[in-house]
Amino acid sequence: MASAGVDAPFGLLAELTYRCPLHCSYCSNPLDLAAHADELTTAEWQRVLAEARELGVLQLHLSGGEPLLRRDLAEIVQCAAELGLYTNLITSALGLTPRRAEQLLAAGLDHVQISLQADEAALADRLAGTPSFERKLVAARLVKELGWPLTLNVVLHRHNADRIAAILDLAEQLEADRIELAHTQYYGWALRNRAGLLPSRAQLERAQGVVRAAHERLQGRMEVIYVLPDYHSRYPKPCMGGWGRRQLTVVPDGGVLPCPTAHTLPLPRASVRESSLAWIWESSPLFRRFRGTDWMPDPCRSCDRRELDFGGCRCQAFLLTGDAARTDPVCHLSPDHGLVAGAVAAADEGARTRDAVLAPRLYPAARRSR
Amino acid sequence: MRSTVPVQTADGADRPRLARHVRLRFDPARGRHVLLTPEAVTVLNGTGAAVLELCDGQRTRTEIVAALRGRYDSVDDDEVRLFLDRLTARRCLEAGRG
Ligand code: SF4
Ligand code: SF4
Repeated sequence: MASAGVDAPFGLLAELTYRCPLHCSYCSNPLDLAAHADELTTAEWQRVLAEARELGVLQLHLSGGEPLLRRDLAEIVQCAAELGLYTNLITSALGLTPRRAEQLLAAGLDHVQISLQADEAALADRLAGTPSFERKLVAARLVKELGWPLTLNVVLHRHNADRIAAILDLAEQLEADRIELAHTQYYGWALRNRAGLLPSRAQLERAQGVVRAAHERLQGRMEVIYVLPDYHSRYPKPCMGGWGRRQLTVVPDGGVLPCPTAHTLPLPRASVRESSLAWIWESSPLFRRFRGTDWMPDPCRSCDRRELDFGGCRCQAFLLTGDAARTDPVCHLSPDHGLVAGAVAAADEGARTRDAVLAPRLYPAARRSR
Repeated sequence: MRSTVPVQTADGADRPRLARHVRLRFDPARGRHVLLTPEAVTVLNGTGAAVLELCDGQRTRTEIVAALRGRYDSVDDDEVRLFLDRLTARRCLEAGRG
């Protein structure tokens, strides 16, 4: 249990590996993937999970990269299940063979989320940078056959925002229980590709109409969750429910972060290879840096919403302004809001975006894994 | 953009049980029962946990309320019903029949 006036975390995002068979240009993984190739061993993950449980973590999200590329995934799941953690696998589904699915079920995996890029093979495979669509459908059916509830995740951007109706039809055919339609967040590879990914306002308006109608039609059968793009909102998102407040992330090489993109920030590091998870959560300079509201500058410091959105995302502030302690430029009250408004205006004109080339996320060939 | 349309509520003869992907656990770190779903952790108060422990797919809603009466001095029927409706709408509870 966390002490010293710090609440215990609820969720742990375990990014087991950055290796991935897909090459999505909207991926929020870091650009320097190879720098994190020294992956934690099975025993190290088991220790991390035990420490997390003791600290108060209840939910474990297994992600990456592609977590199925860890051959010890079932062992990790089993350890988590024995500790009483709720286990959620976030996967591209490539590699989710019947044999592996059955292993994971036996190990106690509670829930599976499969990512989809689009509603049809040609577009989906182009966006994923590899043939994957048909295999995802097979895996989605397998998930249902084994009695798991099925959640589909779709990251939205300029190239699929007009396909939402067809994506929802596909989800219905697959008998998905939930679908999360979330607009791209601009970190990592996605930020590099921002000009080619940002949708126009007209696209967003159409998308919202489609989602609203689907809510009514699918009521009680499929839950439709739509996450608005923060670039087009007046206020920023309360990233991770506040810095070091509810969630933590452990990346493949054991680095611990308040949010999965925080390695971009010029802050002291923390690693499970050097310190206990409890110390990192409660006392490390990294987790204390932006916890609460004391660190805030104006306009956040004096704003009524500071306990609602915590001044927005520190990574976004840093990536766009070079200073992690500034108000998230997405906020219309931020003195730097022009940085976001400019990108949004360019997407509306469609001038720059038409010929923007999307850089595929690439994992360097030379890599080490255990 | 969560929906606000009310879903059909169950009647007293339904026998609610936890949906398959939902877990009810005691959390020693917080000293509370918690309801775990893929997207949320709900920390329960004592009554909430007692209600959910009775949702075993055997007891009807009416029987659940009766069982709670035996345990607590004051049980607000409407509040229990509302609690069950809310969790059914979030698909944490399924209504088994018969
Ligand atoms: S977004 Fe695409 S490339 Fe990035 S980890 Fe997920 S599946 Fe792999
Ligand atoms: S000024 Fe800061 S606290 Fe206020 S809405 Fe904007 S980001 Fe949130």
